[in-house]
Amino acid sequence: MISVKNLNKIYPDNFYALSNISLDIEQGEVFALLGPNGAGKTTLISSVCGLTKQTSGEIKVSNFDTIKDYKKTRSLIGLVPQEFPLENYESVLNTVNFSRGLFGKKPDENHVKRVLQSLKLWDKKDSPIITLSGGMKRRVLIAKALSHNPKILFLDEPTSGVDIQLRKEMWEMILKLKRSGVTVILTTHYIKEAETIADRIGILNKGELILVEKKENLINKFGEKTIIIEFGEKIYKIPKQIKVFDSFITDDNLCLVIKKLKNQKDINITNIIKVISELEIPIIDIKTGESSLEDIFLDIINEKMKSEFKFS
Amino acid sequence: MNLNSVKAIYKFEMARALRTIMQSILAPVLSTSLYFVVFGTAIGSKISTIDTVSYGAFIIPGLVMLSVMTTSINFAAFGIYLPKYNGSIFELMSAPISAYEIVIGYAGAAASKSILISILILLISTIFVDFYIKHPLLMLLLLAITSITFSLFGFIIGIWATNFEKLQLIPLIIITPLVFLGGSFYSISMLPELWQLVTKFNPIFYIINGFRWSFFGTSDTDLFTSLSLIVIFLFICLAIIGLIFKTGYRIKG
Repeated sequence: MISVKNLNKIYPDNFYALSNISLDIEQGEVFALLGPNGAGKTTLISSVCGLTKQTSGEIKVSNFDTIKDYKKTRSLIGLVPQEFPLENYESVLNTVNFSRGLFGKKPDENHVKRVLQSLKLWDKKDSPIITLSGGMKRRVLIAKALSHNPKILFLDEPTSGVDIQLRKEMWEMILKLKRSGVTVILTTHYIKEAETIADRIGILNKGELILVEKKENLINKFGEKTIIIEFGEKIYKIPKQIKVFDSFITDDNLCLVIKKLKNQKDINITNIIKVISELEIPIIDIKTGESSLEDIFLDIINEKMKSEFKFS
Repeated sequence: MNLNSVKAIYKFEMARALRTIMQSILAPVLSTSLYFVVFGTAIGSKISTIDTVSYGAFIIPGLVMLSVMTTSINFAAFGIYLPKYNGSIFELMSAPISAYEIVIGYAGAAASKSILISILILLISTIFVDFYIKHPLLMLLLLAITSITFSLFGFIIGIWATNFEKLQLIPLIIITPLVFLGGSFYSISMLPELWQLVTKFNPIFYIINGFRWSFFGTSDTDLFTSLSLIVIFLFICLAIIGLIFKTGYRIKG
């Protein structure tokens, strides 16, 4: 659906906002772009949507070039920006109708009504935007983006500043769009959001796309499982069968922590318990935990920073 | 042409004027009408005819042009500046719409509004002054070309402006003085020779007098010069707008 090849965005001060980005996004998938502030997420979206002039590289949407065939590509895209760039004194209905017209579509009262109803905005259709709450304004922006039936929806931090209830409703809406065949690309700082709704995840850092993985693969590949065994008496030595794993004893000598990557198949909890029980130290508790996408994301970014520091 | 997109911009801009009808339409009509009362009726009665035209009638084309030029610039400049100011220009820049379609939408709406105001001013002027329009079709043509050209110029100002002060800068310190000094209220023959020469370097002088010619069949300059100048200015504005969209000047990152 979207194909980005060797995309560069270089500002006059030689700042690489995007550096040699190549990425393919399939139709109907939810793709989450993660990255710290200034990583280039919005610049990448802006380049695809035509808001930023790329320095070099190629972007194709549905096999059409975003520069040569910009009318065709843009008519397929809906964009929800980060901020609330709205005409404050315009009514909800007028601003949504305007967006539909702007994207070359004839007025369609029924479609606009359906969109507004699905976003719980129909009751507010005649209200001036200035009277709406932040969450409602966010929904107005989504309604504007959906007003022309886009095949691709870009959501730039769609749930920043919205309450938990609305966030969950938005996730539902995104999944509903996905089911109807719409490709959704979202940027977010809420890793939980990506974990909940994304099919694939791309991580951008300092303009470079450092990783693209299916969500499950990412968790399996980079996630860790942790086993914490709490003892009734102090433990001073890690059994050699357990030393094969990344393991350590806590400072108070009362806990043994065993870490393993999720893709390490050879770990067997029964064996671990068996080995531990041979120590004849009473076990008080056994806890297990696994890293969230947030932990993985932070690990990847930190690793990248460390390697850059070493290199410099 | 993507007519739906052009219509959407045009309707949106016209709706903005209707929403602020006092400020957008009635205020310029009222302020220009005051000129008729002061210059046409009060002072005009003390001034003899100019080229067989009463002073009250003589100033009508100048006042209409003053209104057309300033309102066209203001409407178009505000029309494109406001989306820049509130950020909603992202939608315009990401829509499947070409540069010339955007310009037709914004400049078309600005020109329509200023023509509407001009017609209202002309209608109101009939209350105060007896006058006739010798070449009404030509008058309408000149009105349309001038309003379109100055709307394009306003569009450029709206793109160039980075704050509200800049938005008003060129209309206030360049256009309004040029209109006032371009023979809106007097004939060039009423000036000393030196000022007659200076006035001839003012392009607005030719535009106003061309328009006056369409009313009375007589003016300080010939119609061809007037029409040529306005068409040249129209093409200069189009070229600058073309360059703005090509380079993305102040609209694209």
